[in-house]
Amino acid sequence: MRWAPLLFGLLSLTMWEAAVRIAAVPVYILPGPVAIVGAFVADPLGLVASLASTLFVTFAALAVAAVLGAAMAVAMSASRLAQAAIQPWAVALQVTPLPAIAPLIIIWVGEPFVALVVCATIIAFFPMFANTAAGLASAPPELNDLFRLYGANRWRTMALLRLPAALPYFLTGLRISGGLALVGAVVAELVAGSGGFASGLAYRILEASFRLEMPRMFAALILLALAGILLNFGLGSLGQVILRRRGLA
Amino acid sequence: MLSVSHVGRRFPGGVEALRDASLRVSEADFLALLGPSGCGKSTLLRLIAGLDQPDEGRLSWDGRPPAPGDIGYVFQDATLLPWATAADNVFLPLRLRGVTRDAAMPDVRAVLHRVGLAGFEKARPRELSGGMRMRVSIARALVTRPRLLLMDEPFAALDEFTRHRLQADLLEVWRGAGCTVVFVTHSIYEAAFLAHRIVLMTPRPGRIDREIESRLTPSPETRLDPAYAALVAEVSRSMADALR
Repeated sequence: MRWAPLLFGLLSLTMWEAAVRIAAVPVYILPGPVAIVGAFVADPLGLVASLASTLFVTFAALAVAAVLGAAMAVAMSASRLAQAAIQPWAVALQVTPLPAIAPLIIIWVGEPFVALVVCATIIAFFPMFANTAAGLASAPPELNDLFRLYGANRWRTMALLRLPAALPYFLTGLRISGGLALVGAVVAELVAGSGGFASGLAYRILEASFRLEMPRMFAALILLALAGILLNFGLGSLGQVILRRRGLA
Repeated sequence: MLSVSHVGRRFPGGVEALRDASLRVSEADFLALLGPSGCGKSTLLRLIAGLDQPDEGRLSWDGRPPAPGDIGYVFQDATLLPWATAADNVFLPLRLRGVTRDAAMPDVRAVLHRVGLAGFEKARPRELSGGMRMRVSIARALVTRPRLLLMDEPFAALDEFTRHRLQADLLEVWRGAGCTVVFVTHSIYEAAFLAHRIVLMTPRPGRIDREIESRLTPSPETRLDPAYAALVAEVSRSMADALR
């Protein structure tokens, strides 16, 4: 049972390779796994360095989105005025397609790294904000009554009830936003790459597609997918560890 | 200690939860508010706690009005902080009043001992059974030494065996604490077992129908006492009569 996924993967790869060879599919249409591995081995450092650059943007954006999203959710839950002021803008930010505004941001911000982080933050922000806001409101009304009964003010209630209640929601948001930050970073790199700055993995994909180097393009795509899976798994495990320590899981 | 006079409460949706309710609660009373759902018993309890305000009538306290900590409240669910240990949950009311953990811990341990949870100080709510969680909740309500303990169907969600144990233990704790208890329930048996005074309430709109005095001296054998069976019969008859 344990080996089933691995065996299935190997079988699929073998059939892929066989199909490409038997049908003599040109490598610029669909390369086989062997060609893809070959492309990676030919320039592993280049691809990994590009991946590191993309991940750097991803983590920076995730950190900014987490801090900003949580802070705005707290402000919103603490004051009706803040809620009325913030909510529509948060939604507007969420529904704006990133590729549509990325060129503007890249022109305005100038500094490439910052521009990429801003773009990825825009995508990663909303789940952090929405999840934290839901978590802050998740404490049962009886507990809110209890805090009132003992004369707790708004800030005590925030610190001792609403913030701890929001933690599991925040961690879920972090996991969702981690994947989205990566997507945001890649989209921003694609837009920026066509404008001339070249560092991330998305640019390698773009570059390979211009040169019809399909195996290299696939290698970059697979690296990206692996990074996404690891990111999701890592953030999920981090959440589990924290919740277990808090006695919540 | 408290008079409720001609109190009415209508919710914004138009539902009249309580009409013209009057009640006197005396020092060291054990009073049950008994009735089917929708009879306004929980609404009345929230009004007494000050968690809600009446639209009509007034509540007046003999002497000084209650300060935070003078009233303990136990809900139907234990409503503990899931991330905090039993001791920290019981510490919460004192913490909200500015007592330091070191100063509070002797009291916290004592009250946990009193509700039968000595040795469970470090347990998290999810590691405890439903009955034990309710014990923590009662300990939390008692830790401030309240003058008045309000309980809103605290045992309704527990199985019958656990409920019987907790009812008997509650009477013991009540005698030890010397506070006044107002206990909301929809169980005739529970009201007859626990309370000195049973206040019958009827729904739509919620109102107080009548009051029945118990002459039982509750003990572990009460449930086998013919006087208890007679009281249950009397309350059942009155309730059927009131609901007609």
